[in-house]
Amino acid sequence: MTIHASSNDINTLLSTMATEIRDAVGDKNPLLIGIHTGGVWIAKALEQQLGADFFDASLGTLNIAYYRDDFTRIGMHPQVTPSDLPFEIEGRHLLLVDDVIHSGRTIRAALNEIFDYGRPASVTLVALIERNGHELPIHADIIGESVTLSPDQQIKLTNNEGLNLEIISSKGIE
Amino acid sequence: MTNNQLTENGHLRHFLTIEGLKRPLLTEIMDRAEQFSSISHQQVKKVPLLRGKTIVNLFFENSTRTRTTFELAAKRLSADVINLNISTSATSKGESLLDTLHNLEAMHSDMFVVRHAQSGAAEFIAQHVAPHVSVINAGDGCHAHPTQAMLDMFTIRRHKQHFPDLCVAIVGDILHSRVARSQIQALAILGVGEIRIIGPQTLLPAHSDALGVHVYHDMEAGLKNVDVIITLRLQQERMQGALLPSAREYFQCYGLTDDKLKIAKPDAIVMHPGPINRGVEIASSVADGPQSVILEQVTHGIAIRMAVMSMALGSQAELEGQL
Amino acid sequence: MNTQIINGRVINPANQLDAQVDVFIRDDIIIAIGEQPVDFVADNTIDATGLIVCPGLVDLNARLREPGQEHTATIETETRAAVAGGITSLCIPPDTDPVIDTAAVVELIEDRAKKSARAMVYTVGALTQKLQGDLLTEMAALTAAGCIGFSNGLSPIKNSLILRRAMEYAASLNLKIFINAADPWLYQGCAHEGAVSARLGLDGIPETAETIAISRDLLLIEQTGVNAHFHNLSCGKSVELIKQAQQQGLNVTADVSAHHLHLSEHDIGNYDSLSHVMPPLRSIRDREQLQQGLRDGVISAISSHHQPLDNDAKLGPFADTTPGISGLETLLPLTMKLVEDDELSLSQAIASLTNQPAAILGIEAGQLKVGAQADICIIDPNAHNECQPAQFISAGKNSPFANWLFNSQVRHTLFKGNSVFS
Repeated sequence: MTIHASSNDINTLLSTMATEIRDAVGDKNPLLIGIHTGGVWIAKALEQQLGADFFDASLGTLNIAYYRDDFTRIGMHPQVTPSDLPFEIEGRHLLLVDDVIHSGRTIRAALNEIFDYGRPASVTLVALIERNGHELPIHADIIGESVTLSPDQQIKLTNNEGLNLEIISSKGIE
Repeated sequence: MTNNQLTENGHLRHFLTIEGLKRPLLTEIMDRAEQFSSISHQQVKKVPLLRGKTIVNLFFENSTRTRTTFELAAKRLSADVINLNISTSATSKGESLLDTLHNLEAMHSDMFVVRHAQSGAAEFIAQHVAPHVSVINAGDGCHAHPTQAMLDMFTIRRHKQHFPDLCVAIVGDILHSRVARSQIQALAILGVGEIRIIGPQTLLPAHSDALGVHVYHDMEAGLKNVDVIITLRLQQERMQGALLPSAREYFQCYGLTDDKLKIAKPDAIVMHPGPINRGVEIASSVADGPQSVILEQVTHGIAIRMAVMSMALGSQAELEGQL
Repeated sequence: MNTQIINGRVINPANQLDAQVDVFIRDDIIIAIGEQPVDFVADNTIDATGLIVCPGLVDLNARLREPGQEHTATIETETRAAVAGGITSLCIPPDTDPVIDTAAVVELIEDRAKKSARAMVYTVGALTQKLQGDLLTEMAALTAAGCIGFSNGLSPIKNSLILRRAMEYAASLNLKIFINAADPWLYQGCAHEGAVSARLGLDGIPETAETIAISRDLLLIEQTGVNAHFHNLSCGKSVELIKQAQQQGLNVTADVSAHHLHLSEHDIGNYDSLSHVMPPLRSIRDREQLQQGLRDGVISAISSHHQPLDNDAKLGPFADTTPGISGLETLLPLTMKLVEDDELSLSQAIASLTNQPAAILGIEAGQLKVGAQADICIIDPNAHNECQPAQFISAGKNSPFANWLFNSQVRHTLFKGNSVFS
């Protein structure tokens, strides 16, 4: 089973999210951080929707490869783009963006990494999709859409001439 | 020759020598080092990648500097580090060297960083450790010092774009230098256009041609058109073995001075694996001058060692999968 | 007791015998070759169909580690290994502990060897006391005790004056000296100075470490007129030097180890301590020149240069390991491999293991003839087997030849007419 959500659908979600972001942190001079790779795409799209001057600095990117908890099981990830936070985060209000929140482990790693750069005033978690299957007590503050999927299904964001969402079932591949 | 430092999939399991490695792997080490060097911009200069791993610095030969950079690299990766300095006299028999190893293995070490006065010691240790232990060669006798060579390559890459266009000269005691052997191999694998070694015959291997380099006994000729000059440390004990008459004469003939530096290309960089004997292999004005990248080498040493340690320990997941 | 060996291909290089004939032994003596003596009734028959029957092998240099290092090996274990390798006469160099510089040590060794009763064990006495290179030993007394020659073992005599005197003294008593040629100053390192040592960062031993010593020693041999034998040549240039000396009429001979005829510096591979040996394994060209020297007769013997070692001795970084190869049980198959590879004729191969080394030692051995002591080696030239050092009878399992395919294997060894290995 494969479901496609078109870029039009996604744009609708993004503009709703942008409105919520404006309401939540519009008066706090927030900084924007996207998690590689899908989170960066979403963060860029939100940056466009909100306008460049909404944020105090250009987009920061986070690669959590060195903060993962599965090194002993999986080993090194293939080549990674290093994290790039072109601003000081000490005492600032951060918007942390990812594409899909599933187990919560990526966010755990991202928060750890952020705190190695300094102590932010607050972190607001933004996700395009929040799905069931949490393994950690981590929930997004601003969500495009919540979906319920079976454990053998995966939701994947692609970026080929516009953002697309795919639901891939491992059973469907057989 | 079998390459037991790689896993079946060609990933780094041990890091014993540059010899036999392929260009993509050397490039990967440098790319990863590039990523790790960004960690020094963080307020907390460490990542939790190797949390829970135990790394033993097993030094049979004293070297505070090398040990410190390995220690710092391990700590930036959040590994636990044990430093052991073992005098070689206590382990003059192979049996007790193995005993030492097995004892440390029994303490659930994950990695040995080994320095030893005998060539081949790291290889020997790698042959005898348990499968879950990785070995990093931090210098064995006159054989190899692969992390030093990689940090040198990394430093060259930061300054010079394209390895095939380069001419690199290594000056000094090549015969006794594990650094030089590893550098020559790394430069060759990365496709450097020309590798030269410069020194008196007493300090060059009898069969230098086997190393694939051009041999010069004269700085005047050897430094012409060179992009990178690597000067090597001259050990004081070389005077005892009648290899050289005096440090003064060595400096006159082979010491890198401002005048000799002018023979090389104007944008040539000057490197040295340290510690420097000022006024023996290099003049202070050159070591501290604008073309010197010696301190950068030290900085890059940490990132390179982080890269190698994480790659080797990362392969253990692969090995466990095979069991 | 009467033993007959029938249907074998009998090879006796001393008289160019190579024929299918039968051999008849009464007690410890060969009484007939060919026709069965009329009164001979065999108590014991060895059918040697398809096998080679040759004299028991004579090994010029084997260390048995007794006295001094009995924890490593003993005369008992190593003579057992020797006869498993077809060797019925062997020669111990003087670097035991204590050194063979008194008659008492000679007697001790001979006593142990007699108890083992498997092979003739000859001793080479020390040329200088404690091999220290400054005081002469009592060579006449040692000869009377049984020493068949004199040597300073692996400790070269640095002082040319002392060496000259030692040679003069030995020459006046008409004694033979054995030399392991090594310049003590150049001989520092653990591998041949060449491409491999340059690559691995091992201290190299240049060929001049051997050739300078040979040159000096040859000049002193010429001056003193002593009978001399050079052990274990490793360089092509050494062969050249010996050849020139022989052409000048000097009374010098030389041997080579079986391993130097097969291995080279490249066998060190990745610091394989089993290939750590002194003199070092040299270049492929040197190996070829050693083989050529053997074909030309400049080198007249192949020896085991057996050095059994504990396992621990080979566990360590290359330079820290003890040099040496356990060679008694590979001497014959390695020599026969040269025949299989067309490097050597069968009779040359067997001669370099039997009558020729016996002639160097000046002993009655290495010949299969009527009236001779019945020391016989029976070889299966078509026994394909893989070398397994762990299965060696020798206490030393230190061999770089593991998994080599050998076609020749000793089937029976007779010593004084008795079967000592089968």
